[in-house]
Amino acid sequence: MTTTTPESSEAAPVERAVGALAGARRSTSPVGLLKSYGGLIAIAVLAYVLLIWAPGSMTAFRLGNLGKYCALALASMGIGLAWGRGGMLVMGQGVFFGLGGYAMAMHMKLEAAGPGAVPDFMTLYGDGTMPSWWEPFRSGPFTVFAILALPAVVAYALGYAILKRRVKGAYLAILTQALAVAFATLLIATIKQTGGFNGLNTFTTVFGHNLYDPDVKKNVYRVAAGLVILFLVILWQLYRSRFGELLVATRDAEERVRFLGHDPANIKLVAFVVAAVMASIGGAVFVPIAGIISPSNVDATASILLIAGVALGGRSTLLGPVLGAIAVGYGRSSLSEKFPTQWTYFQGALFIVVVLLLPGGVASLGSRLKALRPAKTHRADLEPAISEATV
Amino acid sequence: MSLSFQQKDYLEIRGLTVDFDGFKAISGVDITLLQGRLHFLIGPNGAGKTTLVDALTGLVRGTGEATFRNHDLLTMKSHQIVRLGIGRTFQTATVFEQLSVLQNLDIAAGVHRRTSRLLLSRRSVPERVEEALETIGLTALAHRPAGILAHGQKQWLEVGMLLVQDAKVMFLDETVAGMSSDEREETGELLKRIVADRTIVVIEHDMDFMRRYADFVTVMHSGMVLAEGTVTEIQADRRVQEVYLGTATEAAAHG
Repeated sequence: MTTTTPESSEAAPVERAVGALAGARRSTSPVGLLKSYGGLIAIAVLAYVLLIWAPGSMTAFRLGNLGKYCALALASMGIGLAWGRGGMLVMGQGVFFGLGGYAMAMHMKLEAAGPGAVPDFMTLYGDGTMPSWWEPFRSGPFTVFAILALPAVVAYALGYAILKRRVKGAYLAILTQALAVAFATLLIATIKQTGGFNGLNTFTTVFGHNLYDPDVKKNVYRVAAGLVILFLVILWQLYRSRFGELLVATRDAEERVRFLGHDPANIKLVAFVVAAVMASIGGAVFVPIAGIISPSNVDATASILLIAGVALGGRSTLLGPVLGAIAVGYGRSSLSEKFPTQWTYFQGALFIVVVLLLPGGVASLGSRLKALRPAKTHRADLEPAISEATV
Repeated sequence: MSLSFQQKDYLEIRGLTVDFDGFKAISGVDITLLQGRLHFLIGPNGAGKTTLVDALTGLVRGTGEATFRNHDLLTMKSHQIVRLGIGRTFQTATVFEQLSVLQNLDIAAGVHRRTSRLLLSRRSVPERVEEALETIGLTALAHRPAGILAHGQKQWLEVGMLLVQDAKVMFLDETVAGMSSDEREETGELLKRIVADRTIVVIEHDMDFMRRYADFVTVMHSGMVLAEGTVTEIQADRRVQEVYLGTATEAAAHG
């Protein structure tokens, strides 16, 4: 009937997108149901591991580390949304991580100082007067509000300016990266207001609970892990919603979406703002677990490490960014214990191996293996890298 | 739907000029597009046909006036123009290859969906989508990825997407280019079926296709309207004959 054959363009991204979007098609057959709700089952398994198994069998130290990775995972999931699904390589998520982290840290600093008193570092570095914009952070509810609203407002303003001008690709990456550099520089320069290079640390309580109490520590961990699960469920719904389809459509053919009557900038803006709020929440739960937030947690390097985790895990998958963040965090601490000077090489090598051999990330392994099975056996040399990454 | 005093919608273009840094791709074009007829836009390469459509759909800036339902299209953004009921296709079919045919149509139907509903997943096939599937004859392929469709089927899917968008004016840019003669005929019949309550503008190089299906023809040359009328009138026009004889090889090479 026809003379032309449909060309099969790029293989891997299409495969990935098909896998990701398959869940959107409803079916009542068992396979269809698994496709529709398989994501939820995976989330449930992860919830069991993070919320029941880990607190019961890990030492307080290890659990604290896992909590930190969960905090980073929240930011990573946001990157997965903005980058994996929305095509925006956001390299400055440290900024939003920092907004939430510093908001939380300011509140805890004021809690530690006591009512009416001034945080210790202000008398140490300055004349002991507190800037007026610190004052509202004495209130817990205001702090929580700020953690959610501040990144939303900043991301909206930034995103509006950037996306409406149709800035994309490498330019968007460089721009967001520059923001992270500027943010860290600003923090270092304002030692009297933000603690400068040392950041904010030495906290005693979080919302009135003693941070040195093991039970409180465990509960703080549970909040971090619970938020990861909560946002996984939110993303699961978002990815299978019509908005999720539209976001992927915008990523793959922005101009076409324009002629469906949507402004692609608005669609991307939603993803950008949600990603920023998730990073901010991650920063906020990071502080009570780590006991510190400093410019090195929010600068360009920190932002790139987040990206590395997302790429490792699989940026356009639901669980990839979480697993990637936990793997990078775990690899970082366990390798740095065994090989204090060389662990960065391991991390770099792992990153290169994954990007070269598995561009969809570890989470795409299943569909990749399916595609490889009849053809080749060279997947065997992939596996060491993978088990190292997911353990 | 707002009802105007006019019985029929029409798009009126007056003095449309597109200036690319001093080069006038289109200069002073007047065209009236009436509802209910298949309006063919023909002319040799570089005549400004696609640029005209680009200007009317917000892709390039034009001066002059282009009025549809009391809106001047030249001041609007692409997505606003689409929401007003004006849709277009491109020379190369651009469907979302990794989405199914159904999902492609459903995404196009999103124009009429409230924003809050976007957060829900699809539960059933909207009636509008089902009708469009029927009209473009792709019901059997509804769940196949659009990427596997044949070239002609992709173009029909694009027309279907315009249908679910409820586009009252459709600009089809070389839709039958590269189609087999069977596919051309099916496309022609498809357009005849759907044209009754809308305006369809077809940019075309295929003269046989034009002779068979055109209700009205506008011939463009060097950014200006050379002649307008029915197929018979156009064929009898001396100037049109000159232009086409002069560039016959070029047109043949393209079409």
